[in-house]
Amino acid sequence: MRASRRILVKVAGAIFVLVAAASVTFFAQLLVPGSRATVILNQQNGRAQQWTPAQLAPVNREFGFSRPLIVQYLDYVGGLFRGDLGTSYTQYRPVTQVIGAELTPSLVLTVAALITAWVLTLAMTLLTVKRGRIVSAIGSTWEALTASLPTYWLGVVLLVVFAVEIRIFPVIGGTSPLGTVLPVLTLAIPLAGFLGQVTRDEFEEVLDQPFVTTARTRGMSDTRVRLVHALRHSVLPAITLSGWALGALVSGAVIVENVFGRPGIGQVLVNAVNTRDVPTVSGIVLVVAAVYVVANLLVDLAYAAVDPRLRAA
Amino acid sequence: MSSVAIPRGGLTSVRIRVRLGTVVPLVIVLLVVIAAIAPGILTHRNPDAINLEQTLLPPSFSHLLGTDDAGRDQLTRVIYGARESLGIGLGATGLAMSIAILLGFAAGLARGVVDLVISRILEVAFAFPVLLLALLLIAIRGPSLTTEIVAVGIGSAPGYARMVRGQVLNVRQAAYIEAAGALGHSRWAVTRRHLFPNAMRPLVAMITLGVGQSIVWASGLSFLGLGVAPPSPEWGALLDSGRLYVTTQWWLEVMPGLVIVLVALSVTSLGRTLQHRLEGAAR
Repeated sequence: MRASRRILVKVAGAIFVLVAAASVTFFAQLLVPGSRATVILNQQNGRAQQWTPAQLAPVNREFGFSRPLIVQYLDYVGGLFRGDLGTSYTQYRPVTQVIGAELTPSLVLTVAALITAWVLTLAMTLLTVKRGRIVSAIGSTWEALTASLPTYWLGVVLLVVFAVEIRIFPVIGGTSPLGTVLPVLTLAIPLAGFLGQVTRDEFEEVLDQPFVTTARTRGMSDTRVRLVHALRHSVLPAITLSGWALGALVSGAVIVENVFGRPGIGQVLVNAVNTRDVPTVSGIVLVVAAVYVVANLLVDLAYAAVDPRLRAA
Repeated sequence: MSSVAIPRGGLTSVRIRVRLGTVVPLVIVLLVVIAAIAPGILTHRNPDAINLEQTLLPPSFSHLLGTDDAGRDQLTRVIYGARESLGIGLGATGLAMSIAILLGFAAGLARGVVDLVISRILEVAFAFPVLLLALLLIAIRGPSLTTEIVAVGIGSAPGYARMVRGQVLNVRQAAYIEAAGALGHSRWAVTRRHLFPNAMRPLVAMITLGVGQSIVWASGLSFLGLGVAPPSPEWGALLDSGRLYVTTQWWLEVMPGLVIVLVALSVTSLGRTLQHRLEGAAR
């Protein structure tokens, strides 16, 4: 009963955040220089000029800009619940269609990167934490270095080394499995460094806890102590951060897709920013916000699953 | 974090010990600052000197980072680009911190409804990743240097605001604040003389970390061709123009990127050192 109420509150909070986010993007669209119709006409004709009311009128009518603002706002926010993100300024078709097919490769990339990052993090944590000064130092230095690598640089370096110099992977891999390896690694390595730093601190602390000593005196092997006791405690903060990480990964994906020329929302987004197609940009931003919010909701629920103390509360 | 002693003297009391891990980043940051203020000290070359007989040369002793498609010395361009890159980093961090301090202190000091509203605003802001929020702003206002600074600044503000708020709430609970109140000092005096300086102290380190992060974000935007445009030697713009040559003259892309990475790492490591020192001082 309590658990279902807790979930309900969380879901309501998530919906609030999304509606607020949509409001932000709606009102942000009003901040374009001149008017929205001016931006559309300028983009269509490839110049920057003032247009007469007679020229703006048909555009205003077509996009519904002449309606009262509150009606446009309610229509926009209401549209989200119907799966409508507005109309592209440049392509004259629903934003959902523009994004549509591009969403899948981006999601594949992000989810694969998150999983890879976790595998790397767990491997590094289990193999290097509290394994003597030198091994531990190598582990933590590696994490500190990789955590701050910008994706655009790491991507280029991996591309140059493993696709241009040593021809293991294709330079332009599209969405093929082989072509996905380097983009996934580009996203996963810095994230693994970040998650690793968090997990390492926790793991070190847990290994000094009395219950670990108790487990050891019971004759439990070092490997079992690490796997059974320490890991379970030390991954909690990193799980919480995974929800946030998904948001960061999508940002990274935008850049990585542009480095590797991989289809996805990254290319669509950069194109839309270049052509001042604000509804498409807003649409992508909202989709990403939705992914972030849902992911965090799932993390909250997953947290309860890993930490039994939270289930009772 | 219940600190009783009131640290006196602030930054001046921080003892600096000489360590390699501190010196190397310090030297790198110093070089960047010199490059930003007076690039002529570090190179006698002209960053815009075109030499069509020496285009796309690989790194060598005369051109440590090679030359670009117009035969310009890449190292010279990196040195001259420092001013704009550092300027963007400082500008964006300054903006982000101003917003963060305003929101953070308002939420932390007023609490109640104000805190609730600000916390909700921050929660919504967190749903927008920095890069995407920046791209939305650029789509609306068009790419320019100002947009880039504002975009990165606004994008990274929520994170700092949350930290400032936490810091204010943290310091409020400290025993010395309570003691100052009990001694009969007015709320304003306690806030101004004790709460504000103590809550601000960790921000010094955060600002340092923020500059590094902002440079990385801003270069990312320029890399996508949505920030400062290529004729400029801004580091992100160098990346943007180097993209064409990734498969043939990789150094044009990798080297400016390496500079950004080294600078970001140095600034981050200095920020961390500062953070540890300041935390030590507060204890």
